[in-house]
Amino acid sequence: MAIEERDSHTGYLTTGHEWNGIKELNTPVPKAVYVFLIATVVFTVAYIVLMPAIPLGVTFTKGLLGLDDRREVTRAVEDAAAERAVWTKRIETGSYQDVAADPALMRSVRQTGRTLFTDNCAVCHGTDAKGGHGYPSLVSGSPLWGSDADSIAETIRVGINATHPKTRVGQMLAFGRDGILQRADVDNVLDYVLTLSGQPPVRKATPEQLAAGKATFAAQCVSCHGEDGKGKADLGAPDLTDRHWIYGGDAQSILTTIWNGRQGHMPSWEDRLSPVDRKILTLYLMDLRKSP
Amino acid sequence: MIGQLTKNERQNALAILIAMAVGGLVMTIGGRNSLLGVHGGLVLMIAVVGIFAMTATLKLPDPAEDRLNAYYDDPTKVGIIISMVWAVAGLFVGDWIAWLLVFPDLTFDAAWASFGRLRPVHTSGVIFGFGGNALIATSFYVVQRTCRARLPDQVTPWFVLFGYNLFCVIAATGYLMGVTQSKEYAEPEWYADLWLVVVWVVYFLLYLRTLSRRKEPHIYVANWYYMAFILVVAVLHIVNNLAVPVSFGSEKAYSAFSGVQDAMTQWWYGHNAVAFFLTAGFLGMLYYYLPVRAGRPIYSYRMSIISFWGITFFYMWAGSHHLHYTALPQWVQTLGMTFSVMLLVPSWASAGNALMTLNGAWDKVRDDATLRFMFVAAVFYGLSTFEGSFMAIRAVNSLSHYTDWTVGHVHAGALGWVAMITFGAIYASVPWLWKQDRMYSAKLVEVHFWLAVAGTLIYVFAMWNSGIIQGLMWRTYNDSGTLAYSFIESLVAMRPYYIARAIGGLLFLLGALVGCYNIWMTIRMAPRESAKADRPEPGAAGAPVLQPGE
Ligand code: HEC
Ligand code: HEC
Repeated sequence: MAIEERDSHTGYLTTGHEWNGIKELNTPVPKAVYVFLIATVVFTVAYIVLMPAIPLGVTFTKGLLGLDDRREVTRAVEDAAAERAVWTKRIETGSYQDVAADPALMRSVRQTGRTLFTDNCAVCHGTDAKGGHGYPSLVSGSPLWGSDADSIAETIRVGINATHPKTRVGQMLAFGRDGILQRADVDNVLDYVLTLSGQPPVRKATPEQLAAGKATFAAQCVSCHGEDGKGKADLGAPDLTDRHWIYGGDAQSILTTIWNGRQGHMPSWEDRLSPVDRKILTLYLMDLRKSP
Repeated sequence: MIGQLTKNERQNALAILIAMAVGGLVMTIGGRNSLLGVHGGLVLMIAVVGIFAMTATLKLPDPAEDRLNAYYDDPTKVGIIISMVWAVAGLFVGDWIAWLLVFPDLTFDAAWASFGRLRPVHTSGVIFGFGGNALIATSFYVVQRTCRARLPDQVTPWFVLFGYNLFCVIAATGYLMGVTQSKEYAEPEWYADLWLVVVWVVYFLLYLRTLSRRKEPHIYVANWYYMAFILVVAVLHIVNNLAVPVSFGSEKAYSAFSGVQDAMTQWWYGHNAVAFFLTAGFLGMLYYYLPVRAGRPIYSYRMSIISFWGITFFYMWAGSHHLHYTALPQWVQTLGMTFSVMLLVPSWASAGNALMTLNGAWDKVRDDATLRFMFVAAVFYGLSTFEGSFMAIRAVNSLSHYTDWTVGHVHAGALGWVAMITFGAIYASVPWLWKQDRMYSAKLVEVHFWLAVAGTLIYVFAMWNSGIIQGLMWRTYNDSGTLAYSFIESLVAMRPYYIARAIGGLLFLLGALVGCYNIWMTIRMAPRESAKADRPEPGAAGAPVLQPGE
């Protein structure tokens, strides 16, 4: 038989059970518990009546409010697009010059372009578009593929060495590795390239060696980098006379470039970003270059 | 310890080890071209070591009969030690990956050190390694005392404990090698899953066998919760892990579910793992250690009942709140949300029941850090269940989902509730088990307590801030109608909070290390002769004496 006792602190009876010294009081459940239980149940019932809730074979109760997530989202997306269309339409139809001359439109371009750029491009080109090893700066230096709006837009559309059928293709040959040049020729041309950007040669090159380097450059490199080494936009060959480098301008990096070749990959965005978004990005990049 | 086993039991253990060695050999040969073989080798090695240890003791005489007059606590002792080892390992890896999020380059270019592989080592390490071992160890302790019955035999508890740890080791080593089925909290592949089923069913039967031997007329609440934990985890584990192996020689298997059904099954599992592993099991712990330590009766038996059934019933339906605004049909989301809201009531009733039990013992809460661990646990249990129900509301979830708020919520529960109640229970039982009348140093328990509380608060506040900032940044539009922030910018904004979180985690880890030292020193203290024996039956061996309660 259970022996009940009264707990002196609370004044409640125990249930009379004991387990290794543990006893339990027979305290009634506080009213608040029932009140909250009823309140949450009422909330549940109301919610079930108002919202999609009960499965009925192949369908379900739609709820009195007639709300449906999918429809809501589609509508919200359409509304947002309609709201944006006020200015995106003008970007779509206007010429680059017209848009660039419109301060209100350019404000939207800067806002939207920044988000588009950091979400899609910053992983390679950096949040400030200044590039990094292997990725060109988009705000300074002479552009690889031309500085006008149409060239930039085309680069973004088709990519470089990408999978797009019309992709731009650019390749720096592996002169050393593929045996096009002997080691001595590579060293000569390396010294010459260093002087192009106003750097001292690696070794105390004799005038003959420098002349040999210049000759090799004229024979092997000008076809892509141009007579003056300032690059060619139709081949994506960079300017070698400025201080902007994709792969580094120190002797070791340039040697690696000439020996092993280089071929950067820039994805094509035609299937991933809408024409307006690409146009905004183009305008955004041109704007950045003007006021970095 | 092996000397406590009878000759017969030692032979049985040997037979099990030999079977395990054969199993390991089959895995090694069958899986020689895959990572399955590596695990086979591991199993084989462990079994061979066990066989040698066991054979060496076969000749020992049978233990004295009077062992049957005392509870069988060796598995509990070992379980508690293993649990603390996992705690340190799991918390260490956790803090490691917290720093990895601050310094993403910290991977040494090694695959095993990448975030994706280390994260499950952390989650499994703390949940299954630390939490699971603590649950198994304390459940053996509690069921014997509250039933006034000894465990039915001396081999099964070891099988459960070591079998379970074998699963944990296979899981953790597998993650490092890239073995995973990519289901959160259910990452181990098919062979580990099958093994756990065996272990778990044996655990369930062992618990039932002990309960059926009880000398108390009623089953105490703690045992309801432990039973719910064991039973439901078995069901969840089996269903969510249904899969077809690529071949019996490969570690890889493919889930029986796909698409949104897979997601729903996974989160039905995931949420109920929180419910029945991380809640029900630890409520069992709380219902024993808190009243005993406080020396107070449970505040209300009736509240225990409605909370128990409320929790077990409502939790089952709440899983879909992990998939709000996804491909999951909206009506399923309704179910998850409404049941999560109702779930708050029994959850708070449980927390309230625990806190009201402390009425009349608040002076002890002030003075005794062990009891204060349990008190803080109950408070955090209340906080995190409120937060959980709140986050399950779709409107709130649209802000909180995928952000660090979720991570903060989990850790309010994991650090504040689960770890705190476990530390409280361990500090309470270590002196009892090793026949001391106190821990080696009460001061160090105090130090651990404050490190744990400070670590938890820093962690949780950092993640709340970070999560809400993230959520807001992801949904803020500028006046051109474009999202104002890019993803990278939200990462930059989170960085200070990641640093704070890693520091909070470090404090928590330091606390656990202090705990290990204290436990170790307690074990090494000379046992006290006077420590009162605690036995199933007072009086002569084999002559059960009824308690007044009966
Ligand atoms: C996977 C890395 C990567 C991503 C992402 C990327 N780019 Fe590029 N991009 C490159 C590389 C590499 C080059 C240079 C290719 C070369 O060296 O020939 C380049 C070149 C360019 C150029 C030509 C530069 C010039 O000087 O002519 C433009 C313009 C450009 N990227 C714009 C973008 C924009 C806009 C985006 C985002 C929509 C973007 N890129 C995303 C890698 C990337
Ligand atoms: C077939 C055309 C072609 C020829 C011939 C060629 N280059 Fe290039 N070169 C390129 C292209 C294209 C790039 C840019 C590669 C990239 O960015 O991925 C480049 C890049 C370079 C760079 C790296 C520039 C930077 O910013 O890091 C150096 C240096 C260079 N070339 C030197 C030479 C030299 C020296 C020769 C002659 C030995 C030579 N190139 C011949 C096409 C050519």
